[in-house]
Amino acid sequence: MAAIEILGLTKTYQVGFWRKRPKCALQPLRLQVEEGEIFGFLGPNGAGKTTTLKMLMGLVYPSAGSARILGCEINDPRMKAQIGFLPEQPYFYDYLTAAELLEYYGQLSGVDAKERKRRVSEVLDRVGLPNVSGMQLRKFSKGMLQRVGVAQAILHNPRVLFFDEPMSGLDPIGRREVRDLMEELKRAGKTVFFSTHILSDAEALCDRVAIIHQGELRGVGAVADLTSSVQGKVEVVWRGNTVLPSVKTLALDSSVTGDTVRAVVLEASQDALIDTLRRERLHIVSVTPLRTSLEEYFVQKLRPAEAAAGVRS
Amino acid sequence: MSSRIRHIASNTFREAVRDRVLYNLIAFAVLMCGASILVGQISIGIERLVVINLGLTAISLFGVVIAIFIGIGLVSKEIEKRTLYTVLSRPVQRWEFIVGKFFGLAGTLVVNTFFMAIGVFLALLYVSQRFQAADGWVLVALYFIVLQFLIITALALFFSSFSSPLLSAVFAFSLFVIGSFAEDLRGFAAMAQGTTRWLATGAAYLLPNFASLNVIGSVAHGQGVAGALILSETAYAMVYAAMALCGAVLIFEHRNLK
Ligand SMILES: Nc1ncnc2c1ncn2[C@@H]1O[C@H](COP(=O)(O)OP(=O)(O)O)[C@@H](O)[C@H]1O
Ligand SMILES: [Mg+2]
Repeated sequence: MAAIEILGLTKTYQVGFWRKRPKCALQPLRLQVEEGEIFGFLGPNGAGKTTTLKMLMGLVYPSAGSARILGCEINDPRMKAQIGFLPEQPYFYDYLTAAELLEYYGQLSGVDAKERKRRVSEVLDRVGLPNVSGMQLRKFSKGMLQRVGVAQAILHNPRVLFFDEPMSGLDPIGRREVRDLMEELKRAGKTVFFSTHILSDAEALCDRVAIIHQGELRGVGAVADLTSSVQGKVEVVWRGNTVLPSVKTLALDSSVTGDTVRAVVLEASQDALIDTLRRERLHIVSVTPLRTSLEEYFVQKLRPAEAAAGVRS
Repeated sequence: MSSRIRHIASNTFREAVRDRVLYNLIAFAVLMCGASILVGQISIGIERLVVINLGLTAISLFGVVIAIFIGIGLVSKEIEKRTLYTVLSRPVQRWEFIVGKFFGLAGTLVVNTFFMAIGVFLALLYVSQRFQAADGWVLVALYFIVLQFLIITALALFFSSFSSPLLSAVFAFSLFVIGSFAEDLRGFAAMAQGTTRWLATGAAYLLPNFASLNVIGSVAHGQGVAGALILSETAYAMVYAAMALCGAVLIFEHRNLK
């Protein structure tokens, strides 16, 4: 069974104070996420990711279309006991402590009274907030709130998790921890559907990704399949003061500054270039990926609409 | 009552109890009760009348202020701050949320009234040295005050389900003031002619009738309250509050959260 089936969800907002104009935030979206997958929902700011998630959570009503989660309609309470949701920039009742909040949410999700206490301290530990029991949430930093957000999403041991920009507001260690958590959830057989505009977060983690831009789906598939047709670029820097002709033919771009040479090549030519440099006994300073192939794919996928928009205007 | 409604209600109660506004208002009400003792002492012969009048009026006014100030934010503030996202993504139906909020605030007001009422009875004991049979009617007046709170809480929630806190406060206060003069409106309706009569009668029945729920004056004079009146006012307040709640639920069910 598919964990999530999005069947043509569409959202048009009415914007403008005096004269209402329709604004299309999401064009009919069809998407299927299998059980046990980590699925990345990628798109730049304003693409329609949050809108999609809010419709799936029943917070905003679709203008058209429908969706099923674990085979149930969107507002089915039995299904809702089995999903967890981390909103974008989450905010909670600030007069409660983290433990009180989780206790309350455990009650709402129908977690047994006996199990609740244990789960609350377990998830607080899991998200790296073991010693905050006495502190009201109003005193929490943004990163700590994000961690509470993750804790409340996994609290009731749900089967499907929805994370909206889960890494935002976290330091590099926090991001790493969230990534580890998602992998752990996958190992436990859970389905994770998360949105992000940061591609590197998605590339290593996702079984499949969807790319959305201006409310329109631009591509779906496994990262490796999507990127098989595109190549990333690599910047290579070495000591020297001339660009060898053999290098010139490989490089997309090259330049000399003082006693260093810089060349940009496609990922595929990276080894050839390095071999050449070593044969010449030149000292290589650095090899840096400029754009990973997913980023390259992403940029390509965003382009057509802009070009089309350019023609229209 | 479903356990989720109970949990939402008790969390609402907890929020109110941790809110500083509540304590400021209660402190003020306690001051009022104290003042009633002072005024009672200098008004020889009518101490009881003054204490009951001032004390119950203070309880009623401050309760209404609390009901409105907390009630107007119950829904709109949660939408504004997005605290609702992680509640409504759980197995909580929207109507359960509204009903839970209502019982939470109503419970807060009942507890609050209970403690302030103790203050009034202590003041009564102080001015007349012993309790009298007529003091029982004070309990009925307090009960009517609580019925008023139920209506005003449901109305504040109703407005909160679709408008901003400020507008909700204006609406709820206006309705409270107009409703307190409901008898005059009915009198006017009875005297008017033609369309005005229809309009005034319609308004008189649509607006909450707080006037008939106010028996403070007669109780202060030691008069009783008819049993039939207690029953009919109870029914009235329940039905009115339930209708306002239904309205709130209907609107909230269809809202897109920000
Ligand atoms: N409540 C709203 N009213 C009007 N427009 C909205 C509303 N919410 C979102 N939008 C618009 O819908 C589009 C998609 O927004 P969103 O889903 O938040 O994007 P993302 O999460 O991908 O950054 C944006 O253009 C945004 O301006
Ligand atoms: Mg977003």
